[in-house]
Amino acid sequence: MLKLNVNGKLHQVDVEPDMPLLWVLRDHLGLLGTKYGCGVALCGACTVHVDGAPVRSCVVPASAAVGKAVVTIEGLGGSGLHPLQEAWIEHEVPQCGYCQTGMIMSAAALLAQKPKPSDADIDRAMTNLCRCGTYTRVREAIHAVAASPASAAAKKAQG
Amino acid sequence: MKINRREFLKASVALGGGLSLEFSFPLVAKAAISSRAPVTEVNAWVVIHPDDRVVVRIARSEMGQGTYTALAQLVAEELDCDWAKVSSEFASPNEHIRRKRIWGSMSTGGSQGVRGSHDYVRKAGAAARIMLINAAAARWKVPAAECTVERGVITHGPSRRTLRYGEVAGEAAKLEPPKDVALRDPKDWKIAGKPMHRFDIPDKVRGKPVFGVDVVLPGMLHASIAQCPVFGGTLKSLDAGAAEKMRGVKKVVRETDFVAVVADSWWRADQALRKLKIEWDAGANGNVSSETITAMLREGLAEPGLPQARKLGDTDAAMKSATRVIEAEYSSPYLNHATMEPQTCTAWLKPEGFLEVWTSTQNGEASLETAAETAGLPLEKVEVHKMMLGGGFGRRGGPQDFVRQGVRIAMAMPGKPVKMMWSREEDMQHGYYRPASMVRMKAGLDAKGNLIAMHTRIACPSILKVLMPKALGKDGIDFTAVRTLSDMPYAVPNQQVDYAMRNGHVPVGFWRAPGQQNAFYRECFIDELAVAAGRDPVEYRLAMLKPGDKNRLVLEAVVKAAGWGTPLPQGIHRGLAVVDGFGSYAAMVAEVSVSVKGEVKVQRIVVAIDSGHVVNPDTCRAQAEGNVIYGLGSILYQENRVKNGRIVESNFHDFPLPQISDMPKVETVLVPTGGFWGGHGEPAILPLTAAVCNAVFAATGKRVRSLPLKHHDLRRA
Repeated sequence: MLKLNVNGKLHQVDVEPDMPLLWVLRDHLGLLGTKYGCGVALCGACTVHVDGAPVRSCVVPASAAVGKAVVTIEGLGGSGLHPLQEAWIEHEVPQCGYCQTGMIMSAAALLAQKPKPSDADIDRAMTNLCRCGTYTRVREAIHAVAASPASAAAKKAQG
Repeated sequence: MKINRREFLKASVALGGGLSLEFSFPLVAKAAISSRAPVTEVNAWVVIHPDDRVVVRIARSEMGQGTYTALAQLVAEELDCDWAKVSSEFASPNEHIRRKRIWGSMSTGGSQGVRGSHDYVRKAGAAARIMLINAAAARWKVPAAECTVERGVITHGPSRRTLRYGEVAGEAAKLEPPKDVALRDPKDWKIAGKPMHRFDIPDKVRGKPVFGVDVVLPGMLHASIAQCPVFGGTLKSLDAGAAEKMRGVKKVVRETDFVAVVADSWWRADQALRKLKIEWDAGANGNVSSETITAMLREGLAEPGLPQARKLGDTDAAMKSATRVIEAEYSSPYLNHATMEPQTCTAWLKPEGFLEVWTSTQNGEASLETAAETAGLPLEKVEVHKMMLGGGFGRRGGPQDFVRQGVRIAMAMPGKPVKMMWSREEDMQHGYYRPASMVRMKAGLDAKGNLIAMHTRIACPSILKVLMPKALGKDGIDFTAVRTLSDMPYAVPNQQVDYAMRNGHVPVGFWRAPGQQNAFYRECFIDELAVAAGRDPVEYRLAMLKPGDKNRLVLEAVVKAAGWGTPLPQGIHRGLAVVDGFGSYAAMVAEVSVSVKGEVKVQRIVVAIDSGHVVNPDTCRAQAEGNVIYGLGSILYQENRVKNGRIVESNFHDFPLPQISDMPKVETVLVPTGGFWGGHGEPAILPLTAAVCNAVFAATGKRVRSLPLKHHDLRRA
């Protein structure tokens, strides 16, 4: 049995310690917003936060998340939407949408660390792959949230 | 007992365990789930709730291209309802079959979503409006001509009485549909033509389970599969001993051309799959390599007496009279679609002999037919639940291999729902690839450099031969292999296009804008001719385009928007191309820089598109941006090579996708001239490769005639 803290709730899961966190989230906890894309940490579709840091959950063994706070897209905005999710809707960012939850998780971690990222910061942090070509809008939405004073408090509260 | 999807959903929700079930398909049958009050189907496309909410049924699939919203805009425009109360749901493929294919085509490819259904969906909206007005008039016992409608409220002019759509929908549905309906002039559109927010986006940013891989069903199992790495090969032997004992494993499924492990989670299934000792019989293709495929194509180019896809004038005679003759050979590699969501299918063979399938498909009806054929069931005994696609690009339409596999696995586990998902490695190595192709082009120029004769020989596998043999031309010509060359708009008096079909064993399919490699060949070769003639590439093209040709209009529009001919910052160079296809016209200017090390960076793309009408301008812009990034990877570094009969690349390390830092600035200029309906899913990719490669020539003086660019030494001499 592993004890995992996911989105503020404690879960006991009967899984192998080396099962990647991604599959615990998807197949054992029913949190399906985190996606499989490559299985080898190349695409970022599986990005979640572990103790606030963006990690590619397809290569993180579940046991490595024990005692840490895991946040997935389902828990990112608490009971509402994170400002990035609102900006994503406003800017019509997603196309197919498959990579977008990972993209949003990466962006949230970036803003938590750097509230006003430059284009170069975005290039460095946002290495998630998107096949549809949403990159222009991803950048616009991140800048829009960074420029919005209302969102700063929300980001801080979220941690 | 026949269970259709809606009954199943109602039953599931009523059982109380419905929470996760309802979450599993938030985008289907909302009308049935979310309200106990009676909802009315006014016609097959228009469902109205008592509180005036309108649900539009969508037969095409949604993969991010926006059809799910754009078609609703067209229906709502004619229906004249309150857009804030409109949502969409997918039409049921099973119902589609039982109602004699009432929703028209479910196929979602060829940029057909809007341009292939605008007429009948608008008529459905207009017919529903007339029936609703007639129902109100009948209730008031007044002539319908005295009634008007605005945003879902019907008003009787003389008495000022009003009724809402939700109040008369039930009566309207019982009326005879009008035979002829007049459609609105697009210049009067209030809902269509506007950048409405897409319906599918809020769920997607919340991480709601909307995709094929997100299906959850009671007692569901998971499957991971391994297919014979050599296309066409078969299973020779399998030792499943170790795998079968692994935790969570329920069954190892043996098929002729694949093996699957079924377990209680996907990871456990995949771990066990990797422990299987599988021996494959490669069959006849175990020695095929990229080199043998290239040799096969080159041999095709040399074959005498090939069928002709175009014949105008006399190219041989014209070449003899030409002042100069210029020849070039171009080629392109195989390319995987690499949808971010790997191929997936969930199937559930129920004890009563009914099969349910959940899948990310570009064609719900084709999925249903494949499922029925695989299970040996009549079409009526199958339902396909269309899920949102995590990318399509042509992979999930024609080939329904994933449905066949999903159903085969479910047949091995009767009574149990099984969700199959491919690993990325399976997905990379079992695609229906963009054909590798090779062309030889020969042009005759007169003394002024004018193009008087062009002879093109094309060697290319046939997509139609693999996926739609009945669509092949009678001479064995596959239009997807020859287009853009066989229907070139340039006024060249002598033209000949020969086609050598060379298929090989690698499966080929419709990769975004099938045939787009020909646009690369043609528009780079035209550039070569303009350079040889010492003429500006814009002027050279305009001189060959007839007045009024819409290729001319988009070319002039892009030249203006991009500032062609104006000074550029140091190190930036321009290239240009114009191509029509998928009902639209697209012209593009690419601005690129090439570093001292020879690295190409695309800085800015300006594209002008004439699609006749534009239903959602924001979605159209997004499609242009998407076409640019989809094509950019194939220009810079993507290719699928073949060794020992199998695809070499296996994941994103050797088939890289561009990242955010690679994204150029994309400026989309929509210049709809009306009078026709063109697509947006593909046209912007058509001129891309040529525009970029022409800019690379401007930057380096090096002419790129094969892709990807990583194989070319573009360092400055």
